[in-house]
Amino acid sequence: MKEIPVTKELARDHGLSEEEFGRIRKILGRDPTITELGIFSVMWSEHCSYKSSRVHLRKFPTKGPRVLQGPGENAGIVDIGEGLAVAFKMESHNHPSYIEPYQGAATGVGGILRDIFTMGARPIALLDSLRFGRIDHPRTRYLVDGVVSGIAGYGNCIGVPTVGGEVYFDECYDGNILVNVFTLGVVRHDRIFRGTASGIGNPIIYVGSKTGRDGIHGATMASEEFDEKSEEKRPTVQVGDPFTEKLLLEACLELMRTDAIVGIQDMGAAGLTSSSFEMASRAGTGFSMDLDRVPRREERMTPYELMLSESQERMLIVAKKGREREVREIFEKWDLDFSVIGEVTGDGIGRIRAGGRTVAEIPVGAVTDDAPVYDRPAARPEGQDALLRLDCSALPFPSDLSETWKRMMACPEMADKRWIYRQYDTMIRTNTLVLPGSDAAVLRVKGTRKGIALSVDCNSRYCYLDPYVGGMIAVCESARNVACSGAEPIGVSDCLNFGNPEKPEIMWQFRSAIEGMAKACDAFRIPVVSGNVSFYNETKGKGIYPTPSVAMVGLLEDVSTRLVQAFREEGDLVFLAGADRNAVELGGSLYLNEIHGKVAGVPPEADPAHEASLCGFLRAAASRRLLSSAHDLAEGGLACALAESCVTRDPGPIGARIRNPFPESVRADFAMFSENQGRALLSCPPAKKASLLAAAREFRITMEELGAVGGTVIEIEGIARVEAPEMEKAWRAGLTGALGFGG
Amino acid sequence: MKIAVLVFPGSNCDHDAYHTLKHVLSADARFVWHKESDISGFDAVVIPGGFTYGDYLRTGAMAKLSPVMGAVKRFAAAGGPVIGICNGFQILLESGLLPGAMIANESLKFICEYVNLRTETSTTPFTKQIPEKTVLKIPIAHYQGNYFADRETLAALEANGQVVFRYCDPLGNASPESNPNGSVGNIAGICSKGRNVLGMMPHPERCAEEEMGSTDGKRLFTSMIEWVEEKGK
Repeated sequence: MKEIPVTKELARDHGLSEEEFGRIRKILGRDPTITELGIFSVMWSEHCSYKSSRVHLRKFPTKGPRVLQGPGENAGIVDIGEGLAVAFKMESHNHPSYIEPYQGAATGVGGILRDIFTMGARPIALLDSLRFGRIDHPRTRYLVDGVVSGIAGYGNCIGVPTVGGEVYFDECYDGNILVNVFTLGVVRHDRIFRGTASGIGNPIIYVGSKTGRDGIHGATMASEEFDEKSEEKRPTVQVGDPFTEKLLLEACLELMRTDAIVGIQDMGAAGLTSSSFEMASRAGTGFSMDLDRVPRREERMTPYELMLSESQERMLIVAKKGREREVREIFEKWDLDFSVIGEVTGDGIGRIRAGGRTVAEIPVGAVTDDAPVYDRPAARPEGQDALLRLDCSALPFPSDLSETWKRMMACPEMADKRWIYRQYDTMIRTNTLVLPGSDAAVLRVKGTRKGIALSVDCNSRYCYLDPYVGGMIAVCESARNVACSGAEPIGVSDCLNFGNPEKPEIMWQFRSAIEGMAKACDAFRIPVVSGNVSFYNETKGKGIYPTPSVAMVGLLEDVSTRLVQAFREEGDLVFLAGADRNAVELGGSLYLNEIHGKVAGVPPEADPAHEASLCGFLRAAASRRLLSSAHDLAEGGLACALAESCVTRDPGPIGARIRNPFPESVRADFAMFSENQGRALLSCPPAKKASLLAAAREFRITMEELGAVGGTVIEIEGIARVEAPEMEKAWRAGLTGALGFGG
Repeated sequence: MKIAVLVFPGSNCDHDAYHTLKHVLSADARFVWHKESDISGFDAVVIPGGFTYGDYLRTGAMAKLSPVMGAVKRFAAAGGPVIGICNGFQILLESGLLPGAMIANESLKFICEYVNLRTETSTTPFTKQIPEKTVLKIPIAHYQGNYFADRETLAALEANGQVVFRYCDPLGNASPESNPNGSVGNIAGICSKGRNVLGMMPHPERCAEEEMGSTDGKRLFTSMIEWVEEKGK
């Protein structure tokens, strides 16, 4: 076989700059082989190396008394007590899902699941944060259908419930959808595994599916902008096999109950390359591998292809020497491939052989630790100030506020998402106590009284207008959501979706959003323990709104104190917590976008210290069993939160009558839909009123009694009233109607 | 009494069935790997839901070839109670232990939600504690739960009282609107002629505890346990 000569042009085609190529030659002291070029190109890709984001990611708080594993591993791990912990992470699969929605979304689920069980945790919940283009874009319906089916196809089959998420539609995602998937697993402290290749002489074992040519250069694809030719990249999208992954999951967890292994890592992006180099790097070791021993499903695969393939459902294991047979027996039981392909060495070199010759010989640290780090220039976009200008008084006053209210509830962003989550198995593993449709999903942890609350949030309109404030709000809102279910926020994973980092204005958005998120996390003392950065979310040079999705994990010490957003009893009193927040906040609001067709203005004021107090209060009120319901106020403001609490009640909708808490001088439509932060809509039995108000005083939260639950009409006195069943009907039909799907 | 919970490659409701039997009902439940060919000593068999062999050929088509299914056939022939849930129902159909077949849901979508079931007969080991016409609230979670059988088979099922559950509205009317997947005759579960083999698409193991929102599923398992205990006397 003739070696392909490696030139700087070839390096450029691999996404490496001339400077980076020079650096590789300097490290090796020679020209790289084609296989080595492939290895460097994926390991130094933005996706794997975080070269443009690293300097900013350091701003996140990552430590805390509960943190057992922070960023840098396959997933973060946070203690929940009683010797148990939760492992979780969120990851994007944006580009593949746009090109091939079913497989792109499915393998997004598969990849993040492996990140969790590779740590020794059994996955118990999935969330999805989805962003599609405008709802009437010709491609949106196809993409929604494909992505939702793909998530369902993978998650349902492997048997991990999809318990929540969010979905938005906006023109800025027309050519670049976002598919962010979060997984959480439960693990015993003494069964946590890490991706380390320690112990010289220990065998390196390949298990799982066979290797094919699918997904070669997926990591590089994720590090490029899109253009007209992106459709041609379909072959770089991997194909998922959830059945094999289910076998792999059970086999790995069975293996982890033995003490036969020292490290394990999923072959995700950049496949065998990233798993082998990263595991050796963490342990400060080297390795030798013989690619002739890699199980494969296609003929005549080159070393380059074997190292870069992103075939799914594969794991790399470092076992204790002499324990190979135990490992083999477990994988054979589950009908999975098993092959010892190399061993750990002490010289710090990654040495890869094929066909009896060495095809790559690279110092391990050179591809991992010595990857380039860029502090890229950042600059506030010139047009940013213009975006913030908004003259509210010029907005036409709606002729019928009751109709406007219904229209808001029926818009795709607010409307019932049942058409989506009905396709997901939300109940399997019998832990889901709060199913989709409330502020946060709540799962029980079997064998304890504890519960886990989960929410994922980001308002990208706010982030577009002011990424710093938008970043703060994303954290605060997700914390508020888990607090409304009665939980204490204990950890964050994030998925930072941005445009091209080589553009200073994108870098400014990125830096600002991270600083805002970090500030809010500090106020709450919540660590960011895992996450992922997705840059180059641009098509033909047009970037998406900055979209830093925040997944919040909350803990309930006693899951029987959980709350839902829906009102419960006729006669319960309705309160607004955070009632002192009554300036008009319309910048970036849903009302402005949906009814007036504008994305402009200064986004709502964020006050993380107040939010932390509010969350403390909500948790205390829940644990003292003072509340019947709690609902976070977000998009659509007070009016939409009230309507949601009414229409989501099980078994059927109920009415409520409240007063307008805003000063009389405020326009009625603004009072209804103003998106002030730091507020929650609560209901409680009259007998609990005094205790509830006392709890609010303890946490210095201003409460206002607004009215009561009951009747069949949802009403804001003197402003608008809609029959509850009519509101429910509008809300239920909104999404399917807009997408043109029946029922 | 000992209850076998079968585990095939791709079973994924096995833990849930085991949890309900063992931890909620304090029964002696054991996992049985699909390569076992002997299930003597067990008093009942649960074939749990999941995606055995990824549903790749046809749902249940591969699982029926596993050694354990030979043992299940002998167990059923001897009158032992067997309940197949969701994919377990599909395996029973493929194995010939129950008549008919499953096709994809009418909507061509996976559906996961609570449904209402009307109990059509109390004369099975699994419904002996549930009076006829009782409406149960139990969730479904499947893509291929659209039950189909030819006219003669259906007539025989009805004539023999083998239809155990029908999808219905909260008041017990088996209307077209309350049929989630298009199943012929709103059929959600059927039993064998001998009445000891039950196949059903809804998941009783998911709703056996107060905090899950319904405990109706528990009644099927307590019926089964009582039936076995009475038979043993």
